[in-house]
Amino acid sequence: MKKVTFITVFAALCAFLAAGSIQASELDRFIGMKGKIDIAGGTAHIPVMNDAGKNIMKFNPDIRITVAGGGSGVGVQKVGEGLVDIGNTGRAVSEAEKSKYGLVSFPFAIDGVAVVVNPKNQVKELATEQIQKIFSGQVVNWKDVGGADAPIHLFTRDEASGTREVFWEKLLNKGDVAQSANIVASNGAMKVAVAGDPHAIGYLGIGHISKDVKAIVIDKVEPLQENAKSGVYRVTRNLYMNTKGQPTQLQQAFIDYILGPDGAEICKKYGYIPISE
Amino acid sequence: MLFCALCITAVFGFLVYFSCPLLSNARGLAGIFSSVWKPFIGEFGILPMLAGTFSLAFLALVLACPLAIGITCFIQGLAPARPANAVRSLVYFMTSIPTVIYGFVAVFVLVPIIRDTFNRGAGFCLMTSAITLSMLIIPTMVITLEADMRQRAEEVRLGARSLGLTPAQELLWILLPCSGRGIVVAMVLGFGRAVGDTLVALMVAGNAPVIPQSLLDSIRTLTAHIALVVATDSQDQAYYSIFAAGLLLFLIMALLTVLIRTIGGRFGQREKRHERAS
Repeated sequence: MKKVTFITVFAALCAFLAAGSIQASELDRFIGMKGKIDIAGGTAHIPVMNDAGKNIMKFNPDIRITVAGGGSGVGVQKVGEGLVDIGNTGRAVSEAEKSKYGLVSFPFAIDGVAVVVNPKNQVKELATEQIQKIFSGQVVNWKDVGGADAPIHLFTRDEASGTREVFWEKLLNKGDVAQSANIVASNGAMKVAVAGDPHAIGYLGIGHISKDVKAIVIDKVEPLQENAKSGVYRVTRNLYMNTKGQPTQLQQAFIDYILGPDGAEICKKYGYIPISE
Repeated sequence: MLFCALCITAVFGFLVYFSCPLLSNARGLAGIFSSVWKPFIGEFGILPMLAGTFSLAFLALVLACPLAIGITCFIQGLAPARPANAVRSLVYFMTSIPTVIYGFVAVFVLVPIIRDTFNRGAGFCLMTSAITLSMLIIPTMVITLEADMRQRAEEVRLGARSLGLTPAQELLWILLPCSGRGIVVAMVLGFGRAVGDTLVALMVAGNAPVIPQSLLDSIRTLTAHIALVVATDSQDQAYYSIFAAGLLLFLIMALLTVLIRTIGGRFGQREKRHERAS
């Protein structure tokens, strides 16, 4: 009796392992590899990098992958100075950065940026022009854009933010942002600020939107990843991995993994659109 | 000692070296000491941040000072031993709370209160950050002041008792007037801590690069400015402004240290004269 149980368990285990290895075919490229990949930079990339790293390290414990944040600027500096192997950016690296460090860029996902307000706010949609006027400080009361009679509290992001860059370029058309706007330092802080203030307006990566905030319909287009994918919603940016010079074999394998079907699944899980689609 | 001096000189040289590109640009120093920070159109003025730092630190000090003196008096003579010890432990405990906790609590508790009470602005402002910051500098001030007062209390105790003074009278008429130096040193230290703090300002002050006009304005400090800009394109001019901000902070701190030393020295000499005279 005991023996039968043991055999059953063993068989189940074999089947499980076999199934695992079939699923993990994307990971086969790491067979026999050894070494370390250090990653730093853009904060939007972190969940994707973490998941990929976890899968790879589970598959092949000889590979060590570390992931740190810091922001796009830090990503460029660290990979440029050779402190990490892959530097992530939520924006294309500038010509100056490219020529100084000899960086090679690999875009892997698209992220949309949505304008958000507090769920209590009755305003549901805005025109691009209205958003530009709100952020430049020309419109200062919600009643002028179809809301309640209350002052508009502006929230924007820091100078280093990739989210800010795409919002400013694609939606504000590089127009003015009121100097008195509050500045928060991360997508998370933006969500906290807007979720806690009934009169606030700000913007977030679409992947960060939850029930705590309300995404505004812009020019009749809903800020959904589907619309960003089809190009109808145009406030989008690419997420990049960058290496100094051509990547090594191990780094290339990691980049291929992120760009492959497994990486695409991970990107989708965190609300980004894989570039392969 | 020599090593420390070398390190500090090296840091200073490094800051000057890296602020050079900004100092030597077309509009030179005027560019930095302008009140407009619009990095995307080439305006790199850090005057608003300097104003923000000073107004925040000053306001925090104004709020913290009476409280710190009150708490010290409470511990040092007004209260019976048990409550005094309890308050003292609490103050020591406060020093060990990480700054981020103060910032975090302020965002969720104080910001909505300020926003709803004054109904102007988003609640992320000079006043909110000053209140939060005063919580942070009170323990520093109390500990400094208490150490000074305790030492003095030992010197005057016998005399005061022989005059028939109650502990409260002793504190009010003798100890407190004697503690001028302690109070000033505590204030300078508290001010320095307030100038140097980054996280509270970054999380609560709103970070708008404008010169504050009212207590409810969103402000940006030099420290928060460095934290916000450090992650930008390192080949950009905006990046160099953080070295200028660092240089300014360095100079402010150096000035405060000199101030403490001079005060200590002057009072020290006066006391020696007193001793000789008696």
